[in-house]
Amino acid sequence: MMPAWAKRWRLRALETVARCVPFALLVLRIILRWLPPALLALGIAAPFLLPSFQVQLTFLWIMIVFALCWDILGGQMGYNSFGNIAFFGIGVYTATIVQIGLFQDVAAYTAAAGMQTISLTPDQYFEGLFIGLAAAPVLAVIVAVVLGLALLDLRGHYFAIATLGLGIAAGELAAAWTFVGGSSGVQVPVYPGSLQSGRLLFYFLSAALCITTFITLRWLYTTRFGLAINAIRDDEDKAEALGLHTTRYKIIAWCIGAVFLGLAGGLVGHIIGFIDPREVAFAGASFGVWMILMAILGGKGTLWGPVIGAVIFHVMRELFWTYLFGWQNVAMGVLIVVVVVFFPFGILGWLRRRYPQLFVRDAAQPGAAE
Amino acid sequence: MSALLEVRNVSKRYGGVVANSKVSLTVREGQIVGLIGPNGSGKTTLFNSIVGTHPIDGGSIRFDGREISRLRVADIARLGLIRTFQQTRIFRQMSCLENMLVSVPQGDASLRAMIARPASDDRAHALELLAFVGLSSKRDLAAGSLSFGQQKLLEFAMALMNEPRLLLLDEPTAGINPTLINGLVDRLKRARDQLGITLFVIEHNMRVVMNLAEHIYCLAHGELLADGRPEDVQNDPRVVAAYLGAH
Amino acid sequence: MDNLLLLFQAPPLALQLLIDGVLIGAVFALAAYGLALVWGVMNIINVCQGEYVMLGGYVALYVAHAGFSPFLGIPAAMIALFVVGWLGYRLVIFRIVERDLFISLLATFGLSILLGQFMNLGFGANIETLDAHLGTWFLLGGMVTVAQIKVVALAVTLVIAGLLIAFMRRSRLGQAIRATAQNARAARILGVDTDRVYAMTYALNAAVCGAAGALVAMIWVISPFGGLIYTVRAFMIVVLAGLGNLAGVIVAALGLGAAEQFVGFILGAQFQIAFVFLALVAILILRSWRLRWQRRYLT
Repeated sequence: MMPAWAKRWRLRALETVARCVPFALLVLRIILRWLPPALLALGIAAPFLLPSFQVQLTFLWIMIVFALCWDILGGQMGYNSFGNIAFFGIGVYTATIVQIGLFQDVAAYTAAAGMQTISLTPDQYFEGLFIGLAAAPVLAVIVAVVLGLALLDLRGHYFAIATLGLGIAAGELAAAWTFVGGSSGVQVPVYPGSLQSGRLLFYFLSAALCITTFITLRWLYTTRFGLAINAIRDDEDKAEALGLHTTRYKIIAWCIGAVFLGLAGGLVGHIIGFIDPREVAFAGASFGVWMILMAILGGKGTLWGPVIGAVIFHVMRELFWTYLFGWQNVAMGVLIVVVVVFFPFGILGWLRRRYPQLFVRDAAQPGAAE
Repeated sequence: MSALLEVRNVSKRYGGVVANSKVSLTVREGQIVGLIGPNGSGKTTLFNSIVGTHPIDGGSIRFDGREISRLRVADIARLGLIRTFQQTRIFRQMSCLENMLVSVPQGDASLRAMIARPASDDRAHALELLAFVGLSSKRDLAAGSLSFGQQKLLEFAMALMNEPRLLLLDEPTAGINPTLINGLVDRLKRARDQLGITLFVIEHNMRVVMNLAEHIYCLAHGELLADGRPEDVQNDPRVVAAYLGAH
Repeated sequence: MDNLLLLFQAPPLALQLLIDGVLIGAVFALAAYGLALVWGVMNIINVCQGEYVMLGGYVALYVAHAGFSPFLGIPAAMIALFVVGWLGYRLVIFRIVERDLFISLLATFGLSILLGQFMNLGFGANIETLDAHLGTWFLLGGMVTVAQIKVVALAVTLVIAGLLIAFMRRSRLGQAIRATAQNARAARILGVDTDRVYAMTYALNAAVCGAAGALVAMIWVISPFGGLIYTVRAFMIVVLAGLGNLAGVIVAALGLGAAEQFVGFILGAQFQIAFVFLALVAILILRSWRLRWQRRYLT
């Protein structure tokens, strides 16, 4: 039995807390509302604040694009793809080949396997870069439509494995095609300027790509398209029974992912400076599977989930690289298994189960707490 | 009243089992028609054949004068032929309101239509229909969290949202609390009376069928056994024997 | 394309490719059977199947380097991989057994990456092979060569397959496995320890892969990251043959082996791997079209 004074104190304390809660929620809402612009400001300042991490930060934006693009198909639509890397790789090759091809003979260049150097004037470089970056998503979409018509009839694990085969086949084909350098790959034209300015350029291009991807998806998920792909995920047969043009929606979703992945590929090729068919372009066992992991880690099927997952994943990866060098790939493998086995719903998924009230989504209005 | 659905000599077999054998029936526009028969008589198979889930082995199915036996599920649905499922299928992770919004008629397949926001008319209509089935308070809850009976009502509302001309209902009252069945039957009738939807209903509950249907078909062992007015079919000795004799 | 003409001009060449293909195909059949077993019993597609094969190869390699007969590597690999499989089940697999297939796909894919990296760290990235010191038979006046080790591999495969089938039919555990495959809940109710069944099934699969790996090391090559293609081959064979169809598995496996050899010869070795993965995609697409024609989905 508590003495009377203790009871009164406890009551007072609870009352104070109760009175603070609305205030705390208000603060939380303000924070959440201003978080995106704050993050944006941070994103713009970051390469200047942390100059030695510019490349890693650039990759952070790219990783977020990866996760978001996988999530359209895997999280929102329920079609778990192991082969989205194919579009990334197409983008990597297209942007560079186009850039080179505008000013030089590609076949001769790739046949020389690095012996021949390519020197472009700054005008040529940028012209080539932007035309290349424009061509990359176009080719990716064309391939996406063709592949989509063939593959999107498959369901569940058959789709997953078929796309796995696709991703790896793409890498093998690229490694066998001499026009694009075969196994030796392609040396990307060198940036005509200081290392610093080059890094900054690609940092901001990557950031712009990521933000565009995010905003596009955020809008898209509030439209009928967003409803339709969720319906396909929850019960595709039922969606068909209601007359939904499921094939059309599936292909569009596939193509949207292809566009942004193609663009990301175009950028990464230039950031790394060298294209290897299996390790860089069609890196199924690294980027390809990380895409899935990041989205799952953060919570697939949500908008911010892939973003959060990508950030955490990328940071962990960099930490592994720094502190576990030699074992970092093993650590990555362990991470994959741990996430998939213990956190299949991801962080946001776990939150959603615990606090469902935070996730009420109103389809007719733009994105709420998510 | 013209014939909206004409099923002529439809047969379907699965491997060695004959599920439907030369079944013929007609559903006229504006009618409420019942389909009864003991378990295993081929009722759901017939429904599946009509909506295009599988191809038929023989016969013809015409909807509004048009042959649909070779069409796919989505095409048939867009013609205005919607079905509900025996196990009740809804989109579990989406909210009830979203379930309704995704059920709008899908005639226009242009890219513009696909990426448009859900229209406010549609939203209003969805809320109206949710109120019609008594699920207004659940509109923002995930459909998977509803009780079985509520899910059935949601599925029904979704079907209405799709503005069908003919609605095939597979055991709409199965698993529903008996006290709520009257309410459901009432809503089914209102769907026909107010919205002009023709209903074709598979039912096991005799009381419901007698109350609801104007014309009944009875299947047994994959064949059409009897048809006619509810009172006549109910007292037909063959029908009684089929039910009593069926294991 | 010149190579294609060559096949018609010199039929013994075609025969050579066929024999090589069939002999290696037999080893694919082992891996495929194991995959089908785990898939059928536990509803898990074991993406690290190929890594188990590679591990088996490495065990055989070490047995040989330790001075023993390479043939001792086969039982050694089987035992070692049985343990690995058992551990794999107890540590990871048991958590994903009755969950959705995608989780198991991704988890075993993660395992495959993990194992690949371990092998890379532990054994180096080089491609290795094992010389069994057996001779070669020469047929058709020397135009067709058949390495004796390959025929031995075929014989070993048949023996192992025979033992497996006998085990599944006759032994109590085999029957328990088959019961669990058909209906796990019913088996549990009837007193079968399904957890033990799963562990045994998975370990058995790993052992079979180990044997296959030991054979692969002797008749072909192994490398830390060479496992995925074996997984894909096994999956293709199972998809082509159907889960319960043992004869189909054998035929499909031999056919795949032969097809690979022919493609490798006609188009060049660098296309052989691409062919395997493209064939997988093609098979699934064709199957899906066929089912679509019958208006069912490949689920």
